[in-house]
Amino acid sequence: MARLIRTEKEVEGRYEEVWIVVEEDPLEQWPEGPLTVVGRPAARKDGHERVRGEARYTADIRLPGLLHAAVLRSPHAHARVRRIDLAPALSLPGVRAAVGPGEAHGLEEEAGFAGAAVAAVAADTNGQARAAVEAIEVEWEELEVVLDPDEAVRRELLTGGPRRDERGDVDGALAEADVVVEATYRTQTVLHNSLETHQAICEWLGDTLHVYISTQYIWGVRKDVAEMLGLPEDKVRVVCEFMGGGFGSKNGADEYTFIAAELAKRTGRPVRCALTRREEHTSAGNRNSTIQRLRAGARSDGTIVALDGEFTNSVGWSGWSAPTEGPMRMLYACDNVRTVTYGAQINTPPMKAFRAPGFAEGTFGLECLIDNLAARLDVDPLELRRRNYADSNEGTPYSSKNLADCYRLAEPHWERRHEVRARSDAVWKRGVGMASQIWYGGGGPPSYAWVRLASNGHATVITAMQDIGTGTRTAMAQIAAEELGLPLEQVEVVLGDSARGPYASVSAGSSTTPSMGPAVRAAAADAREQVEDIAEQRGLPKGTPIGEVVGLLEEAQILGKGARGPNPTGMTVLTFGVHVVEVAVDVETGEIVVERVAAIHDVGRIVNPLGASSQVEGGIIQGIGHTLSEERLLDPATGRILTTSLDAYRMPTIADVPEIVCEFVDRPDEHLTNLGSKGLGEPPIVPIAAAIANAIRDATGADVHQLPISREEMLRALREAELRAREKEKRGAPASV
Amino acid sequence: MSELRLTVNGGEHVLDVPVGTSLAHVLREELGLTGTKVACNEGHCGACTVQLDGVPQLSCITLAHAVEGEVTTIEGLRDHPLVDAFVQADAVQCGFCTPGQVVSAAALVAANPRPTPDEIRHAMAGNICRCGTYPKIEEAILSWQG
Repeated sequence: MARLIRTEKEVEGRYEEVWIVVEEDPLEQWPEGPLTVVGRPAARKDGHERVRGEARYTADIRLPGLLHAAVLRSPHAHARVRRIDLAPALSLPGVRAAVGPGEAHGLEEEAGFAGAAVAAVAADTNGQARAAVEAIEVEWEELEVVLDPDEAVRRELLTGGPRRDERGDVDGALAEADVVVEATYRTQTVLHNSLETHQAICEWLGDTLHVYISTQYIWGVRKDVAEMLGLPEDKVRVVCEFMGGGFGSKNGADEYTFIAAELAKRTGRPVRCALTRREEHTSAGNRNSTIQRLRAGARSDGTIVALDGEFTNSVGWSGWSAPTEGPMRMLYACDNVRTVTYGAQINTPPMKAFRAPGFAEGTFGLECLIDNLAARLDVDPLELRRRNYADSNEGTPYSSKNLADCYRLAEPHWERRHEVRARSDAVWKRGVGMASQIWYGGGGPPSYAWVRLASNGHATVITAMQDIGTGTRTAMAQIAAEELGLPLEQVEVVLGDSARGPYASVSAGSSTTPSMGPAVRAAAADAREQVEDIAEQRGLPKGTPIGEVVGLLEEAQILGKGARGPNPTGMTVLTFGVHVVEVAVDVETGEIVVERVAAIHDVGRIVNPLGASSQVEGGIIQGIGHTLSEERLLDPATGRILTTSLDAYRMPTIADVPEIVCEFVDRPDEHLTNLGSKGLGEPPIVPIAAAIANAIRDATGADVHQLPISREEMLRALREAELRAREKEKRGAPASV
Repeated sequence: MSELRLTVNGGEHVLDVPVGTSLAHVLREELGLTGTKVACNEGHCGACTVQLDGVPQLSCITLAHAVEGEVTTIEGLRDHPLVDAFVQADAVQCGFCTPGQVVSAAALVAANPRPTPDEIRHAMAGNICRCGTYPKIEEAILSWQG
């Protein structure tokens, strides 16, 4: 039974109030623990297709008559096109069409960053298109370039107003605190660098635009394209069967899609617009850099009495100001919290969501500050976290929270610190650090699925969602198999096509499993109930296996449909966890080696423990890159990007991977849907940087303040720690770390 | 255009492509062997790895006309036991780098059927996986049954 409700919708920490039609979710949750299929490790349903190179990605689609587009991008960080001449490009061999500023959405006269799209060409071959783009004549008017986020805040160059939030009396609490710690933390710009670059193929068939695209959100692309082109949504078909990574950067249509659509219209042929790797580095979005000026006050018994933070997100030319203040507001019980967050609009490439946007950055600052506080108070960091455990989300109850169990499971890993430290020598210092994780990941309605059951006892789950590489097909098949009582091999999942299935959630914000899983279970239950009804009519005993009942169907099929029910009202759905990291630091060279990571997460019921461990490992490894080696560099004078290749931008390789231990609380959230599962894509990247930094402090006494923790930053922090120790000695106090 | 003779996965091909065309381009665009992925097109990521006489080679920066010897792509390794080892170990997420990983791993185990973790890390360090399947790749290569 559908009903209309007013509800808060959350994606990656952004809330909006929406009217939404939801269906009741009458199914009882399954009992806790591994079931027959759900909760048991399953290899990927599409594993062989992907590993054997048979899976067809957008990059592999070959349509008859396909043209290739290339994009002219601004070499200047801020400039206006005074004059542009496409004619020299159009006269070159193989060139079929060209578009300039204003002729496709995303091609603009004013370029706000080096890499902004200005014009595009379609040609028979990729090489011809690239050569033609070079031939376009542009006369630029260079404009003032602002690159310093603090300057942008001073001048009120902001993407929206500052976000202010205060509870209690922060100034009063700080004045009365026994200990106050204060520090400025900086995080760098990092790039998604999905291995399949951003790309789309557009083809007009009649009045319908077919879009083949590497995307995390089929329905979002459909909506964006329809809106921008003024088409009814049903006249846009979006297809994404396999996609090669997104990490938040592929949540909608972008300029490459609109360029392909326009060039396809002008030429009457299908057009591919694919970014090169170098364009990925300048024009495909990034996790923006941040500056976090933080203070914490505590009583000598370890009670945190005040948290105060000023956050600047260097959003860039476009994008949104992520909730970098979120962890400070939400992680600890503290009556007095004040945050202000600025989104600085500067002449750098656009921010796009990147795996827990805001929280990954904000957790680095907050959890380093908390360890700083623990050192000042001489309290064990785990104990300090326990003493300030939050029992509600700023007054709203949690749908479930098992962070205390995460801490308990972390104890044996935390206990290793004595033995780890003892393995230090004169050069290599070893230590252990921890950091907690808080993030969203509850998903929400609407999301729908159909289940088709045939007389051979095979079921097909049909829904127009996408599998971005997280193992969605497998998890959805497991849920349907469990509900239908079928072996996993007898369930297939068909997805990836807006014309061939119902609306499905975005694969972002750790929402795929918690949004889609309950819809799939509901659809399977609908099919199961129909089968039971048939069995009863045939006089078959209750509990007759589904396979035996449907054997009577011949060509008839059972069709089940299901919808995602509402989230619990008056509750906040969050994910939790803790990482315990062991590092070794060469105090002579500043080299840092992460040796071991223990990750414990609380994300409700685990559907596929094998796939879940892969998500955790992947998040940790990406996070190690963000912590130690990755940084998008730009020329501070001109704003041009200096790191435009995978040689210059250093992502982790297999040789950089530590031992990773992955554990789950694995307890269904009793208030959340018929499944009790939350998402897991983002949580593992949230605490890793702070846990590494805290381990470095444990090993060396040095306070690192910025990401990446380059050798330069490590040596600076070591020198500072040494000076601090000497000062203390001079004052007669015993040196301590 | 210039004649190109190429042996790929045991089959002989005579093609006409411009001098300067990369091997990856020939494989994907001329022969339709799209299992070989191109992710950076400048020799930094390993996604386009193929074998030349059994030795891993970056096909995106290999000139097709300069190839001497036999090319093996993922399509020629589809029945290699490593494929199943990768699937069982969950050594695949988005899968875009995975064919290149398998091609590199197959060359490794052909030369050294029981590599140590250190040998695996050395041999596989040229294949970037942004999803971070590395621990599972190591497990797959340690556990394969050849």
